[in-house]
Amino acid sequence: MNSMIYKKKAPLLFFLLPAFLFLIVYLYYPFFQNIINSFMSISGLGTKATGVNTPWYANYVELWNDPNMRTAVKNTLLLVVCTLVFQVGTALVLALIVDRIKTGSRFFRTLYFFPIVISATALGLLFNIIFLYNGGMLNQLLQNLGITTANIDWKGEKYYFFTMLLPVLWQYVGFYFVIIVTGLNNISTDVYEAAELDGATGWKRVRFITLPLLRNVICTCLILAVTGALKVFDLPWVMMGSGIPLDESWLTGTYMYNQTFIRGNVDYGSAIAVVIVVLGVLLAQIASRVFKEKEY
Amino acid sequence: MNHKTSIKKRVPLSKVVSYAILTIWAVTTAYPFFWVIINSFRERGEIRSDSFSIPWPWTQSFTLDNYVTANNRSDFVTGYTNSILISVIVTIVVILLAGLFAYGMVRFRFRGQKLLRGMIIAAMMFPVFSTIIPVFRMEVLWGIASTQNRWLSLLSTILPQIAGNLAFAIVVLMGFIRSIPIDLEEAAYLDGCNVFQIYFKIIIPVAKPSFATVAIFSFLWSYNDLFTQTFFLRYPQEKTITLLINEISSQAGVNYGLMAASVVLVVIPVLVVYVLLQKNIIKGLTVGAVKG
Repeated sequence: MNSMIYKKKAPLLFFLLPAFLFLIVYLYYPFFQNIINSFMSISGLGTKATGVNTPWYANYVELWNDPNMRTAVKNTLLLVVCTLVFQVGTALVLALIVDRIKTGSRFFRTLYFFPIVISATALGLLFNIIFLYNGGMLNQLLQNLGITTANIDWKGEKYYFFTMLLPVLWQYVGFYFVIIVTGLNNISTDVYEAAELDGATGWKRVRFITLPLLRNVICTCLILAVTGALKVFDLPWVMMGSGIPLDESWLTGTYMYNQTFIRGNVDYGSAIAVVIVVLGVLLAQIASRVFKEKEY
Repeated sequence: MNHKTSIKKRVPLSKVVSYAILTIWAVTTAYPFFWVIINSFRERGEIRSDSFSIPWPWTQSFTLDNYVTANNRSDFVTGYTNSILISVIVTIVVILLAGLFAYGMVRFRFRGQKLLRGMIIAAMMFPVFSTIIPVFRMEVLWGIASTQNRWLSLLSTILPQIAGNLAFAIVVLMGFIRSIPIDLEEAAYLDGCNVFQIYFKIIIPVAKPSFATVAIFSFLWSYNDLFTQTFFLRYPQEKTITLLINEISSQAGVNYGLMAASVVLVVIPVLVVYVLLQKNIIKGLTVGAVKG
């Protein structure tokens, strides 16, 4: 690509500089400043640091001993696992089925994708009414069908994780569904015809032809699902507010927000953010190792 | 029963099962929206006892009160204006800057290019949680955050949102620009175009679909981003629609009709846009996701 056009380097500044400045000022500088902040003592969002903590790593000691932080990390990891299994799993099953039908597949695709374009805030509010204790949609439904007689406390001790998890899973199934369907469409019909001649039909065809050919697409989905699950904030925040019931439903994101914004522990919040980054890098590494793409 | 009919009967069975499963998920997806719409028109008290029937306009259950209350409680017009202003500006700036950067990265060769590439990929992984506090403090220092001035506050939200979307946009656009054959540019060069003309007259028109992908992504992320918005927008006149909804949810108490109405108020505009653009959105999003 040694074209004459691009020998002169002067125009490069015009192309690269604006975005580069943005990245430095709004991502790289704050990223490193945040690590420094986690060792400082800062009492308000807009106020200056009053000095270094004693000892400088005090926040991390506190984090290690903080039961809420443990809950948050545990819940976040659990959320990642559930996302992988149920979100991508459901999407895969639906995609394989939709691939078999002709009429209506576009309708299903459009419908399944819809929740993704809706803000998680509105969905959180919607699910708050659905999971309402006294007369919510689910409790009404269960009672009308005669399955239960008493109201179920969906945000109580027993069901809080399910209540937090379900909307998150529900919202993004369509996203992975559409990606997998696109992958399925890329498999040429020749392959299927050849397989049919060899006697591979039905489940055999799925197991030995479709799934192996879909491997890379599924890997992409799984990696996206892991990183996506780490960023979940809006839905749990709207639905579970301050870690109800009794500090049990914290996620790393919601807990960081709560410490920084509600309780004003800015430096502690920074330390949580550092842990979130470390967790993210670790999981992303593991994910890309485990779900390594193969070249065919 | 002869042989022919038995085959005919067997084929539909697997089809029926397929359609049944697909329909179940379709209902799971659509019904909550339908349910919230019908209940936004229902008399307050009735939601908790009878939420499944349809409150036809000629019955006692039908009411528009929830919308009246929602409108009195919060200023939805300002909310929508703020949301759309923020998202449109973020989208425009992101595609402008990311396009320039991606073009420079793909076509030019220079020292430090590898490092720069690595920086972009790494920037994609920074969660917003890890940068938001220093960004806020920096903007307070500059005098644009928490000033009570509506336009400055909107600006203070727009800037970090741009940065948050840039890295992803650059990666997607780089992938696309790389696949454009260089012959086009060489021909234009021989015709006397300079680099800038080549970029604006050749690259942008050819890369239009991927610019559309990036634009859709940026718009949705910005519109739906509660986290950044709660940090920077705190005064009534600067609230976006997502913030208003979040507020109502914490203030409505037991007024579930009001909650339902405000959900509908957020969902309906998006639903309209979605139905109009659904083809582009689905195509755009999947192209972006697989390449990213």
